[in-house]
Amino acid sequence: MSGSRRLLILGGIALALWGMGYGLWYAVFAEHQALNAIGASLAATFDAEAERNLAAADTAFRHYGEAKYIYDRQVDVHGHWIGLAMLLIVLGIGFDRVAFAERRKLALAWALLAGAVIFPFGVLLETFDHGPFPRAIAILGSALVIVALGGITLGLALPASSRR
Amino acid sequence: MREISFAPLSARRLLVLGGIALILIGMLFGDIFAVFVLHQNASRVGASLATAAHAALRGDRSQVDTSFQDVGSLLENRGTKVDTHVHMIDFGYLALLLAILLPWSALREGTKQHLAWLFLTGAGLLPGGVFLIHYVGLAYSPLQSIGWASIFADLGGLLVLIATLGFLLGLGKSLGLQDLPGTQDALLLDRSASGRILLVGGLAMVFAGFLHGAYYAGVDLYRHESLDSSILADMAKATASDDASAVDHSLEAYGQLQGDKAVKIAAHAHIIEFGLLAMLLAFFQAYVALRDTWKLRWAYILIIGSVLLPVCVLMELRYGLVAGGLADIGGLLVIIALLAMWIGILRYTGQLDAQNGDAR
Repeated sequence: MSGSRRLLILGGIALALWGMGYGLWYAVFAEHQALNAIGASLAATFDAEAERNLAAADTAFRHYGEAKYIYDRQVDVHGHWIGLAMLLIVLGIGFDRVAFAERRKLALAWALLAGAVIFPFGVLLETFDHGPFPRAIAILGSALVIVALGGITLGLALPASSRR
Repeated sequence: MREISFAPLSARRLLVLGGIALILIGMLFGDIFAVFVLHQNASRVGASLATAAHAALRGDRSQVDTSFQDVGSLLENRGTKVDTHVHMIDFGYLALLLAILLPWSALREGTKQHLAWLFLTGAGLLPGGVFLIHYVGLAYSPLQSIGWASIFADLGGLLVLIATLGFLLGLGKSLGLQDLPGTQDALLLDRSASGRILLVGGLAMVFAGFLHGAYYAGVDLYRHESLDSSILADMAKATASDDASAVDHSLEAYGQLQGDKAVKIAAHAHIIEFGLLAMLLAFFQAYVALRDTWKLRWAYILIIGSVLLPVCVLMELRYGLVAGGLADIGGLLVIIALLAMWIGILRYTGQLDAQNGDAR
């Protein structure tokens, strides 16, 4: 088996295990608390409105916004790590059909694996810091995935005789 | 050269036929859910939220609480249906993936068979249990907050996890995925036109899905999050100033925002999932015992349906039921093409068993 195929399949399996482990940790220790916080803060907003207590409604509402912001990203991180891992494994299995030389295929495989790790990691960092740095990491990761996928699609679409 | 086994009740046969069956049932369930439950449920959630907002306007706290309990129940109903659909399909994908990787696993065929049965049992138990959560609730449950349906769903998840870890252990024992000397795998050698169409088409769909996801993250995600906050804040201010028409306006805007978010995320998820399915099916074309022209036709139909569904889902907000109907037709095309390939594989197993003298 070529190095690029092995990198994608073993990297994909490792990423899938990591993504599943992260999801399991989140489901057991954080998800229920997050969902309770979202539901309770939204209900508290409406309760405070019913009492015409605008300050309390505002506070409850800010809690709702923050809890939902974090929850959405946590679910996205888990889903994207596992989804990208499956894509890595499937591509790894069929990677010998990509009509490029092994060196170029290895570069594409590294770019895809790096992007698949970095992109959800950047999204995860957004839950700690709302500044531009985590967003830049997520953008860098997704750009790596997109460029690598574009290259691999081209390599699969080209006839095998154009291998270079 | 020795061929990789596809014998009766072999692990690969169980995972391929069982995996595609799981995807088929999951998709059929998703189509039925989309037509008969999804939109009606969304309307009821919207109505309950409106009742809560108007109750807040009247200062009626108990009605606010009742309405939020209704919203919770409706969301549980919707959430468990979506989970059933997603888990069944994803377990199907995982089964197909494991079926391809099996030759690299250093386990005995008997162990692989036991793991395949364990996987399929869990893959059926989890979505079945999740589907029943909303109906069974806590009836006869020995636990305070977890019902029997959840217990069986968790048991199913555990079985899938054990089986998957078992297969991975076998891969780990095979010393870095070395090719087995003296064996060849028809699935990896196949270079048919239908396989190529599915592989390239599938990857192009995944690529398009990523581009759409990047566009959504760059243009819509933060705008949606800020709108979500500002609409709810407006609703709170309108309630405090007893302005019923402003509350209604905020509710309408909130409904539209949720709809916009839902269709964009659904389109992104579906085109990537369908792309991945097409890529997985590309590897099994060697097992589809149909004429090449028909294999090609089913591959094209699968690709057309896979593109039609997400594109029409995206247009649902603008074109309403027409786009929704076309999206359902797209889903149906994928199901029909997948069923045809599944029948083709069944035919192949029949031919193989007859050749080996196993026909009854």
